[in-house]
Amino acid sequence: MYPADRRYTKDHEWIIVSGNRGRVGITDYAQKQLGDVVFVESPDVGRTVTQGQSAGTIESVKAVSEIYSPATGTVVEANPVLATKPETVNSDPHGSGWLFEVELTKPGEIDSLMTNEQYAELVK
Amino acid sequence: MNQSSTEQLKKTPLNARHRAHGARMVPFGGWDMPVEYSGIVNEHLTVRTKAGLFDVSHMGQIEVAGKDALAAVQKISTNDAAKLSVGQAQLSGLTTPEGTLIDDLLVYRLAGDHYMLVVNAGNIEKDYKWIVEQSRQGGDVAVVNSSSRYALLAVQGPAALGIVQQLTSVELAEIQYYWFAHGEVGGVRSIISRTGYTGEDGVEIFIPPASAERLWNTILETGADAGIVPVGLGARDTLRLEAGMRLSGQDFDETTTMLEAGLGWIVGWNKGDFIGRVALEHQKSEGLTRKLVGFEMTAPGIARHGYTVYAAGAEGIVTSGTQTPFLKKAIGLAYLPIAATANGSEFEIDIRGRRAPARVVPSQFYKRPRS
Repeated sequence: MYPADRRYTKDHEWIIVSGNRGRVGITDYAQKQLGDVVFVESPDVGRTVTQGQSAGTIESVKAVSEIYSPATGTVVEANPVLATKPETVNSDPHGSGWLFEVELTKPGEIDSLMTNEQYAELVK
Repeated sequence: MNQSSTEQLKKTPLNARHRAHGARMVPFGGWDMPVEYSGIVNEHLTVRTKAGLFDVSHMGQIEVAGKDALAAVQKISTNDAAKLSVGQAQLSGLTTPEGTLIDDLLVYRLAGDHYMLVVNAGNIEKDYKWIVEQSRQGGDVAVVNSSSRYALLAVQGPAALGIVQQLTSVELAEIQYYWFAHGEVGGVRSIISRTGYTGEDGVEIFIPPASAERLWNTILETGADAGIVPVGLGARDTLRLEAGMRLSGQDFDETTTMLEAGLGWIVGWNKGDFIGRVALEHQKSEGLTRKLVGFEMTAPGIARHGYTVYAAGAEGIVTSGTQTPFLKKAIGLAYLPIAATANGSEFEIDIRGRRAPARVVPSQFYKRPRS
């Protein structure tokens, strides 16, 4: 259910790190809680985000939720698919429904995040 | 609708059924209700294109009967109940002396001297108390809270009548919009009402609570080929908003008048006195300072309940807002200063610190195609 190639936050985001770049998304558990996603407001490219701080919002039909960045760094890309197909967050939260990518400035802080097994335990 | 976690939530006769079939449950107006089954978007679109089945048993029923029942109904509610034939229903308002709204309701004329008022779930006790107080010294009139005697199922959507017709000998096509008939549906004694809260054709079926689960299952089985799905309160809310229908306690309450809420069309000006009449007449002649209007966002963003509006140099407030699944637009209802309420008028909404542009549009965002 929760892939082992990435780390997870208690706020239900995930991050896959490759080199000093991290790709961020929300978990399957989170998308189920939100329901149908209709609008994603990712942070602008070039913006600095901080681990645990708000980096944008996801709106479902029902409500608006904050996206908390799993890592500190500079935003280098936002998923262009979500502008026209925000529902991709529901259909493929761990894959093509990713939210944004950051250039990590504190790669060490990733170690503080949960493994897939720890996360699966949290949402059990 | 805040709910303290210690408070015991009320349950409809279908509660166990909803839980057993994986509905997501939420507290609403003191009730434990399904918010979604298969997802709000899917449920919403299925009601617009096929049919949906709703458990709305949380709605309340207050019956008013006796020789002076009509006089009592005329006094407490704004619309002209004298126009109702037996078998007919009307939308009306329950108003304070200030002309503000305690609740909205449907008035059914069950028999010559017998009316049934269908009120919102969270307001049943409040409405009942108010109506009893106002009917004292009203002559021969009895007011009874009969909410626990009815379960209420709504079948809505273009395929709704076809599905229910397979279960009843009552000719549904002969029931006019906002009329009702008595009969059996799936072998269950029912009041079949050609009403709804979705903007689609369909019926609402009042039945004894003990038969609710049986009829619920029968309707789902009968409608399976036509694509019927169970629908929760989430899609009920987006459907009613898309159809421009106001929600009691959210779009209007005891701080907003009938006229401000855009409900002047259900005020029976030609009838006699009713509670709030003087205040409403005064407001009508003085003119409004604010009014509830429909709007759509003209740039990305979704306005939600409680967001502040900046229009015509003054402030207003969003009362309902969502991204609509069918029209795929961000729409809503908001109280605006009267100078900004003309169709096409542009204003701004504070979306979490960012001002986003919006435009006034007619509040019936969706109008179903009529054959």
